[in-house]
Amino acid sequence: MRILTATASALALAAVSATAASARDQLQVAGSSTVLPYANIVAEVFGENFDFPTPVVQGGGSSAGLKNFCQGTGENTIDVANASRQIREKEIKACADAGVTEIIEVQFGYDGIVFASDINGPDFVFTPEDWYKALAEKVFVDGEAVANPNTSWSDVNPDMPDQKILALIPGTKHGTREVFEEKVIMEGCEASGDFDKFKEAAGGDEDAAEDACMAIRTDGLSVDIDGDYTETLAKLNNDTDAIGVFGLAFYEQNTDKLQVATMSGVTPSVETISSGEYPVSRPLYFYVKKQHIGIIPGLKEYAEFFVSDAMAGNGGPLANYGLVPDPELAKTQKAVADEVTMGSGS
Amino acid sequence: MSDSTHDLPPGSGLPIAPRGDRPLLTELDPRTKKRYAAERRFKALGLTAVCIGVLCLVVLVSSVLRQGLPAFTQTFIDVPVYLDPATLDPDGNRDPEQMKSVLTFGYQPLIAAGLERALDDRGLGEQVTADEVAGLISRGAAAQMRDYVLANPEKLGETIDFNFVANGRVDGYLKGRVTMESAALDSQISPEQLQLVDKLRDAGLIEKKFNWAFITGPDASGNRPEAAGMGVAIIGSAYMMLVVLVLALPIGVAASIYLEEFAPQNRFTDIIEVNISNLAAVPSIVFGILGLAIFINWAGLPQSAPIVGGLVLTLMTLPTIIISTRASLKSVPPSIRDGALGLGASKMQAVFHHVLPLAAPGILTGTIIGLAQALGETAPLMLIGMVAFVRDFPDAPPAGLFEPASALPVQVYNWTQRSDPAFVERASGAIIVLLIFLVLMNTVAIILRRRFERRW
Repeated sequence: MRILTATASALALAAVSATAASARDQLQVAGSSTVLPYANIVAEVFGENFDFPTPVVQGGGSSAGLKNFCQGTGENTIDVANASRQIREKEIKACADAGVTEIIEVQFGYDGIVFASDINGPDFVFTPEDWYKALAEKVFVDGEAVANPNTSWSDVNPDMPDQKILALIPGTKHGTREVFEEKVIMEGCEASGDFDKFKEAAGGDEDAAEDACMAIRTDGLSVDIDGDYTETLAKLNNDTDAIGVFGLAFYEQNTDKLQVATMSGVTPSVETISSGEYPVSRPLYFYVKKQHIGIIPGLKEYAEFFVSDAMAGNGGPLANYGLVPDPELAKTQKAVADEVTMGSGS
Repeated sequence: MSDSTHDLPPGSGLPIAPRGDRPLLTELDPRTKKRYAAERRFKALGLTAVCIGVLCLVVLVSSVLRQGLPAFTQTFIDVPVYLDPATLDPDGNRDPEQMKSVLTFGYQPLIAAGLERALDDRGLGEQVTADEVAGLISRGAAAQMRDYVLANPEKLGETIDFNFVANGRVDGYLKGRVTMESAALDSQISPEQLQLVDKLRDAGLIEKKFNWAFITGPDASGNRPEAAGMGVAIIGSAYMMLVVLVLALPIGVAASIYLEEFAPQNRFTDIIEVNISNLAAVPSIVFGILGLAIFINWAGLPQSAPIVGGLVLTLMTLPTIIISTRASLKSVPPSIRDGALGLGASKMQAVFHHVLPLAAPGILTGTIIGLAQALGETAPLMLIGMVAFVRDFPDAPPAGLFEPASALPVQVYNWTQRSDPAFVERASGAIIVLLIFLVLMNTVAIILRRRFERRW
């Protein structure tokens, strides 16, 4: 018992002294689970090649990451926030209120969003309009807004196979959902002419019409997946009628089980997304706390290494994993090298 | 149950029944038959319940074993690599500091060239491209080679035989997870590459062996599932258990001795007792929220550190230890205390010299079971940043307690989130290791109880 007490007090003492003495020497990164695998790859190669410790990378989602990022400066806050969407005005303000005034925004590539189904099922050729008609809560039939009557893809478009509609779409906390709503459902709503009808019905209110367009049916034919893409994949394996919506990188790792549908006639691939032909993609970002450069060792080197041609360029490890390289990477590299912060005019 | 005389047939309640009315002992009357039938039904139900439980366990364990055992072996490829001084040491003065300017990207082509040459020597490499040859080897190989070259700069210019980990899909092919059919559809590997693998295996260049790196190595990114290990997670879990043991055992035992032996019985101690019992039933995620608020946001302890995880798990384990310690203190008969006190010992002497040693086996058993419970806990760790990608091993304690680490159950969770199917095998493998630890700890608890327990 005496030894135990002695150990306990020694440990407590050590704890106090270690907290006082330790300056954090490894980078802390957190944020989007879409960016997470890329950040892992960069951290791994960074740790192997430089004398800095391997950065610690956490997931948690874009919003959680940025919230943590904006908690202030100092060793107890993270240095880099990964995001699958741009930082919002509200978040910039929260950052500024907490003293995080200098943020470097880095866009390092694109993520394609694909529509994948079981490899043994029929081929699908989609347009945004098909998705809108399949998933909207209300559609116009003979000039009346009625609850979506479509239950099979052939109801939506007679050219499509007679397979029941079962869409596995990302839940509302996913950054992917936002892009899906904007670039697929909203586009489809406009293309079908329902947007104008909703606008007319709402007395010319565009916001109300947009909300009406983007309302997703809740009768069980569209399933929100709040977990990760692995959950979508498991559900796809269980129900061969289902069609899942997820990132290109995830599909690239599972091409032996899944097939992808074309969207507006374009097959998703790294090439078609970087050329802009494939319509459903989004830029990926990470945000660097400039105030930590020079205090936390390796922060700038990490950011520069992340966007270097060897990592994020064509044929690099990130592209290999499914990232669509940014054609304007050279510009990003220069901005990181010059530590250009947001709102500094360039 | 019902009154026994009531169960007997009419008339048998009399002390001496007429002979003709009395049922034969060898023949059961209807009521007895009914009671025996009820007993048989109950036994059958109980047996079914046990069978269902055992069946579930068998299914669970066998599926984990089936999926996870392959993770303990790994495919390796022998590659003779020529360490080209022109590429690896452009300055030419063999100074490791200067050679560091050549990143792993510079080493990759040399490995591919080495394997290609090895194939050409055996006349195997005609129908595949250089990229396809390079794709057989793990992407982590370049780092392994760079470390070797930086440690042995004098070897430049020689050809060294390296034993590299093969790519995850090649490994999957040898384990039956990847087939020719799936490879034809797979963007990561082609059937031609797999045919090459067959030839390499016949030539003895590829072999499967026990994978120590899976147990001792650090985690790896989604680009190289074949290199992922759980070394950092095992160390992180061990550090957390150390913190829990050092904090929870003395605090828990001291609290129980006070409550059991010294505290007056009043409303205040009653409230404490009720609270301790309630605390044992609090969901573990609540402790995680508490840990985030108190230890990280208020006390300023670092994120992802085993010390924070240990503190949170200590809070979680304390009630378990207190309850089991009090039970074992209670089970020491009062005659022991009375005897000691009667011979003039102080109350403290009576407790520490007599009661505590006799209660020790029970206390240890409770502690080990509490630790085993804490070892498998995931939810509170998610909130304090232990679900992170950590590749660097923490230092030895105490400093290492403040450095980022992972934990075993969290590593399992992490791997199930990854997109590459090779991580499924790793996750199950990690579950096996976790289960082995739990079984070991519980066995120790049982042995301690068997050996030292005294019945009064």
